[in-house]
Amino acid sequence: MSRSNQRSEDDKRRARSLSTRVRSMLHLLSERTIVSLIFICGVSAVIFVFGIFFFVFREGAPFLRHGFDAGGFFLSADWFPTSVINKRYGILAQLAGTGTVTLVAMLVAVPFSLGTAVFIAEFCGRKTKEVLKILVEFLAAIPSVVWGFIGLMVMNPLIVKLTGAPVGLNVLNAGIIVGLMSVPIIVTIAEDAIRAVPDAYIEAAEALGATRWQLVRKVVLPAAKSGLLAAVLLGVGRAVGETMAVLMCTGHSINIPFDGTPPYFHVLDSVRTLTATIAAEMGEAPRLEAGPDGAYPVEAKHYQALFVIGIVLFVITFTINVTADLIVKGIRKGK
Amino acid sequence: MEAGRNSESLFAEAVLVDRKARVLAREETAKAGAISTNLFAATKFTNRKLKTQTIVKWAFGSMSVIILIPLVVLTTVLVVRAWPSLTWDFLTDVPKQGMRAGGIWPALVGTLYTVTFSLLIAVPVGVMAGIYLNEYARDNWFTWIVHLAVVNLAGVPSIVHALFGLGAFVIFAGMGKSILSASLTLAIMTLPVIIVSTKEALLAVPMTFRMACWNLGASRWQTIRSIVLPNSIGGILTGIILQVCRAAGETAPIMFTGAVFFKSVQRGDLFPYKPTEQCMALSYHLHTISTQVPGVPDSMLYATAVVLLGFVLVFNTMAIVLRTRIRNRKKW
Repeated sequence: MSRSNQRSEDDKRRARSLSTRVRSMLHLLSERTIVSLIFICGVSAVIFVFGIFFFVFREGAPFLRHGFDAGGFFLSADWFPTSVINKRYGILAQLAGTGTVTLVAMLVAVPFSLGTAVFIAEFCGRKTKEVLKILVEFLAAIPSVVWGFIGLMVMNPLIVKLTGAPVGLNVLNAGIIVGLMSVPIIVTIAEDAIRAVPDAYIEAAEALGATRWQLVRKVVLPAAKSGLLAAVLLGVGRAVGETMAVLMCTGHSINIPFDGTPPYFHVLDSVRTLTATIAAEMGEAPRLEAGPDGAYPVEAKHYQALFVIGIVLFVITFTINVTADLIVKGIRKGK
Repeated sequence: MEAGRNSESLFAEAVLVDRKARVLAREETAKAGAISTNLFAATKFTNRKLKTQTIVKWAFGSMSVIILIPLVVLTTVLVVRAWPSLTWDFLTDVPKQGMRAGGIWPALVGTLYTVTFSLLIAVPVGVMAGIYLNEYARDNWFTWIVHLAVVNLAGVPSIVHALFGLGAFVIFAGMGKSILSASLTLAIMTLPVIIVSTKEALLAVPMTFRMACWNLGASRWQTIRSIVLPNSIGGILTGIILQVCRAAGETAPIMFTGAVFFKSVQRGDLFPYKPTEQCMALSYHLHTISTQVPGVPDSMLYATAVVLLGFVLVFNTMAIVLRTRIRNRKKW
């Protein structure tokens, strides 16, 4: 082998090692890029949640800064944002509306959902279980505007016919619709909670000769208690945040469905919820309006008040979600 | 010695007592009607508890049926009442006479636009977030915060998302009311659907697959790209389909960010909108014609609802079929 031949071999090797090194560096670089991209996307949820709070707060802040009267805002039922002489912003009626609709919805949804969850988890065969779960999923898939439409066109005349109420758009209508809407989330979370009960508990009870029902009542339900609570909480969160269905089914009148006369709680009264107020009025509330002397535009209070309602809703649902998650996390840690 | 004998005799006595008690119990059962004296025969207690069991089973079963009856009944009612208007023409025609006649073409295309754009934004971000949560995140407080944020993103009311879209995209970013703003809002709202299903799909890939790949010298990302993602693509697709469902049905988030009451569009035109324009959308169209336009024929309202419902249910069925097929085909 000649010397020149040897040298060219060396050159080749050097060149190859150089290209390998460049390639591996490029590789490392692209790997680094992709990993940091993944990290950014991973924390994007956090950014978005902060973003939601920040931007909603940003638009609503002037309302809170300039002479905000918490008592008048939360404890007064006078909502006259477009009054010419005396604009008043009190959301007590809307709070009552949201509260009552949620209450009726939970009265409808909770017993049936927990019953369904127990049935799916403990009492039925594999095939039935599959079918039920798919149907529950379909129930979850129906868009809220279609639910609202059903309340408006199907439930409305039905309620008028059955109860003799003058209008079928009321707490009962919205409660039933929102109840049906929150069934899937309660069923899903409750079933998860029931399935998370350790097998050892169940086997021990079965070894003692317990029937399925004794097992459920004495072992499974007590063990899954907090998970079921979390399920109900998430159902409440869903009901509070529901917008389109309640916008179309509640009748949309500022009204507190309680008074001193029996039966005290008037389930056939029309109400308005926090969410529906925003949805209905944001379209007509301009961001800027003519100032007192008409010369220059100032920021409109009505618009800001709607954003403040948004903050209230955000805080309510945030609290509910975090509480439910802490409960679920507590279970997982206990295992 | 003494103690031992004592305990032995005690044991013998206990056995005797027990046998007597059993005989008594059996006689009692026999008196109560059960003829057999077989030790394993059902006593009245067993019978009673089995009866309760059956009753309870039926009670829970009927509860789940009651909750699902509305689904079947309402869908049937909607379809039956919509039948007269459900024609091909209804889908491809434009609204006429102030929404009181014609079809829903512009709304249909508008929904396709917002859904497609939101998909383009939500899928990469959501899938990568899912990868981060399942493959990279450690089990610490920071990951818990991310998880909490995902939960909250799903739990924040849709109308608050709408306010966010209005404040952030329409006003702050200066996009105005446009398809872009609406799609961004929808994308952020439906992000959790994709994140959660991606995470679950990745979780289903066995750890041994990854270990085998790492042992060959592959880096984390190479492993994810060549082993983990191909093995979980079905689950991720399911999540994406569910996102389409969610995005198509939502109304509140697009109300102030990009949906418009009416837009003049040519019949059958597939590209009538620009991304910076407002558009009609099926869900918003259903809301406006059923609450704000008087004199729309009932069957048209029902038909619009059925088209929206059908769109969503078809996609949901696709997701379910896909999921079932993956589960049946799984090799590990």
